[in-house]
Amino acid sequence: MNAPDKLIVSASRRNWLKAAGALAGFSLIAGPSGLVMAADAVKYGGENMAGGVVDDALVFLSIGADGVVTIMVHRSEMGQGIRTSLPMVAADELGADWAQVKVQQAPADEARYGSQDTDGSRSMRHSFRAMRHVGATARLMLETAAAARWSVPVTEVKAADHKVVHAASGRTLGFGELAGAAAKLPVPPRASISLKRAEELRYIAQDNKRGIDLHDIVTGNTHFGIDTRLEGMSYAVIARPPVFGGKLKSVDKTAALKVPGVLRIVELAGSPPPAMFNPLGGVAVIASNTWAAIKGREALVLEWEDGANGAYDSKAFRATLEAAVRQPAKPARDQGKTVETLAAAPAKRKLSAEYYLPHLAHATMEPPAATVRVANGKAEVWACVQAPQATRSNVAKALGLAFEDVTVHVTLLGGGFGRKSKPDFAVEAALLSKAMDGKPVKLTWTRDDDLQHDYLHTVSVERLEASLDAKGMPTAWLHRTAAPTITSTFAAGANRQAPFELGMSAINVPFAIPNVRVEVPEVPAHTRIGWFRSVSNIPHAFAIQSFAAELAHAAKKDHRDYLLELLGPARKIDPKELSDGWNYGEDPAKYPVDIGRMRHVIELATAKAGWGRKLPKGRGLGLAVSYSFVTYVAAVIEVEINAAGEVLIPRVDIAMDCGPQINPDRVRSQIEGACIMGISLAMSGEISFKNGRVEQSNFHDYAVLRAADAPRVIHTHLVPGTLDMELGGVGEPATPPIAPALCNAIFAATGKRIRALPVGMQLAKKG
Amino acid sequence: MTTLTINGKRHDIALPEDTPLLWTLRDELGMTGTKFGCGMALCGACTVHLDGEAIRSCVTPISAAAGKNITTIEAVGEDKVGLALQQAWQDHGVPQCGYCQAGQIMSATALLHKTPKPSDQQIREAMSGNICRCGTYTRIHAAIKQAAGVSK
Repeated sequence: MNAPDKLIVSASRRNWLKAAGALAGFSLIAGPSGLVMAADAVKYGGENMAGGVVDDALVFLSIGADGVVTIMVHRSEMGQGIRTSLPMVAADELGADWAQVKVQQAPADEARYGSQDTDGSRSMRHSFRAMRHVGATARLMLETAAAARWSVPVTEVKAADHKVVHAASGRTLGFGELAGAAAKLPVPPRASISLKRAEELRYIAQDNKRGIDLHDIVTGNTHFGIDTRLEGMSYAVIARPPVFGGKLKSVDKTAALKVPGVLRIVELAGSPPPAMFNPLGGVAVIASNTWAAIKGREALVLEWEDGANGAYDSKAFRATLEAAVRQPAKPARDQGKTVETLAAAPAKRKLSAEYYLPHLAHATMEPPAATVRVANGKAEVWACVQAPQATRSNVAKALGLAFEDVTVHVTLLGGGFGRKSKPDFAVEAALLSKAMDGKPVKLTWTRDDDLQHDYLHTVSVERLEASLDAKGMPTAWLHRTAAPTITSTFAAGANRQAPFELGMSAINVPFAIPNVRVEVPEVPAHTRIGWFRSVSNIPHAFAIQSFAAELAHAAKKDHRDYLLELLGPARKIDPKELSDGWNYGEDPAKYPVDIGRMRHVIELATAKAGWGRKLPKGRGLGLAVSYSFVTYVAAVIEVEINAAGEVLIPRVDIAMDCGPQINPDRVRSQIEGACIMGISLAMSGEISFKNGRVEQSNFHDYAVLRAADAPRVIHTHLVPGTLDMELGGVGEPATPPIAPALCNAIFAATGKRIRALPVGMQLAKKG
Repeated sequence: MTTLTINGKRHDIALPEDTPLLWTLRDELGMTGTKFGCGMALCGACTVHLDGEAIRSCVTPISAAAGKNITTIEAVGEDKVGLALQQAWQDHGVPQCGYCQAGQIMSATALLHKTPKPSDQQIREAMSGNICRCGTYTRIHAAIKQAAGVSK
């Protein structure tokens, strides 16, 4: 078993980054069982993350003599509510009163806290049991201390409401009174820890809105990455090469140095490919405030050398992708006799379509920002990062420091969506602090920096072909997916989607079709490609769910009925049977592809939305279903197209089955947010290139959804789950079905099929 | 020297007159509740009040703010309407990441001062200059209606 194969089943995005060099040139594709590790015990879930899972109560929980329970949160808060949800799990098991709980953000230290990567919709999925264990352990220690104080068996005492009670004698001791004695006890063995029964819980899986940061947010009292302030700090912005891979030819600093407040101008070297998390290079302007730095940057006279990507042009690249999907390519899944079946089918029994999805920028409302100070051979970083550990190691490497000599303080993130999994901006800030002799420097990315130098969501053309039986059901299904791969960011020249990308709704299409083939042409990358909320599920699900609706229409069948028939009867499919050896890093035995659950969310969403109801002219309902991040989601969107061709969205119904919902209100808010993001990317999301440069620069030309165009109502329907079930992801799974549901609704309302995103002006009426 | 009155307190600012109010608040005065989002008055993250009007501080030079009453998120809770909105925001669990919410609350406060009982359409129009990338629009809408006492 060679090393790259291990990478394939790795759950950790960083695991395979480490060895990504070995990835180049390695065939990522194998037959149905070829992807599975042959040697050693396979680890899944959190255990397979580089930092693993830690459930040590002493690491995560402490209790003061004043009774205040302090719980460490090791994942980054970016709007998903994790700073509330994880500590609440431990607090509930402990029997703590949430009003007496303080949450402390853990610095980057995976040896102590386990994996801190906040991505892949898995913070709760991988930490729920650990946090319960933490709380239950501390509870037993408090109970043991109280029982010893009273000289009664520990079985007679019980912790609840922030105190331990001996019911027989009516005695109570507060957590604060017991903290000292409990801390001296050995940590009880794992076998002695018992978890609460569901009916004993008061926070977990309860609907509440006790967000730990809510009050600070509404009063402007929060600390995001961009808000760090240190004594003697200066402020920086950077002019980066406009073309990825380009470099500085010349700079005239004369005028910039005359701008009041400008302190220093520093040239930063670029890095050879692959991009990794390295700075892009350029010229930094350091000043006494951000505005002076921005003015100074405007005054720079810059000449760039564009390099190999200077001709990158989105129109031409679309043609490249289209050409790629119009000829046979290497299969990643080949079940049955797809090619032969398609060849034998008469033209009237065949359907094909191509779908185009452009690059997207994350456009977090807080752009990337980081502050670094270097003193006495040690660096301190304050940054809004989803990958604290990678931030620490990359800063250490850039400064030539030992890993131990770098501290990373994780601030709140003003949105993440995958952008802040890449800590290039923290590395830039570190180099600037070094250039200022270690004095603190805050680096801010302006909006144009953010849109023009992002690790963009990929661009793709998806081609689907099906042959049909007499009833219009597919006898063969061919999907060619052409998109620059994220692995190109970590291995120069990587040109085929990796198993983790194909495992996002392409390779593992679970339809009951005898012949299925998924082909993956080679295509180059000309910019930094990165994870964007829901990642490759966005293009794959858009194409597949649009095409399924097109097939239903061709068969003159109701779309819902057709989709259910396409999925076939309720059954559990081993993802390996779908050639998917990745399965979001989860154990296929615990997380099979469950067609019953998929059918159920379709039935639930359509029932709630009143599927089939009579609508006035110009209105339509659209449906799509998606399985991603081991969660099942169906969306029904109602649209109204007015005389001008504008799209209004009166109502959205989304059904999700993610197993148990630990913090149901935050599950709902993630669904609502994913819905808005899905509509946003479908209606207006597009980053395009000309002469190697991003054409968009701010929210006037990279439009994101605003209140006026938002759905009037978003109904969320959660499939009940119990705590003994496996957890599914929450943050990302509701995005993929949105764009296809919307375009299916547009088709229902207008008869116009949208095959290229964004919708933009495609429906606009002239005059 | 420019004299600014921010949340009732006078500040003498020794920055060039064309410096935007946003960076004066954030970098010079350390009032980081007001956020940077776009620098072009496109996203509303930097919204503050100038004599009660919602303005984008990223494009407002301090020379234009001198002699006027500036209110920021840090003090909007001293205002009855602002406080009611802050409460409604928490009741509805509006914020996700929270970054844009200061600007949202400042825009909503200005709206309710001008239009105490806004229609759905008036709310949408008034709030469409404020982008929320997390997608909290439906909850913002509901929270404003609650604070205005026009919920169904």
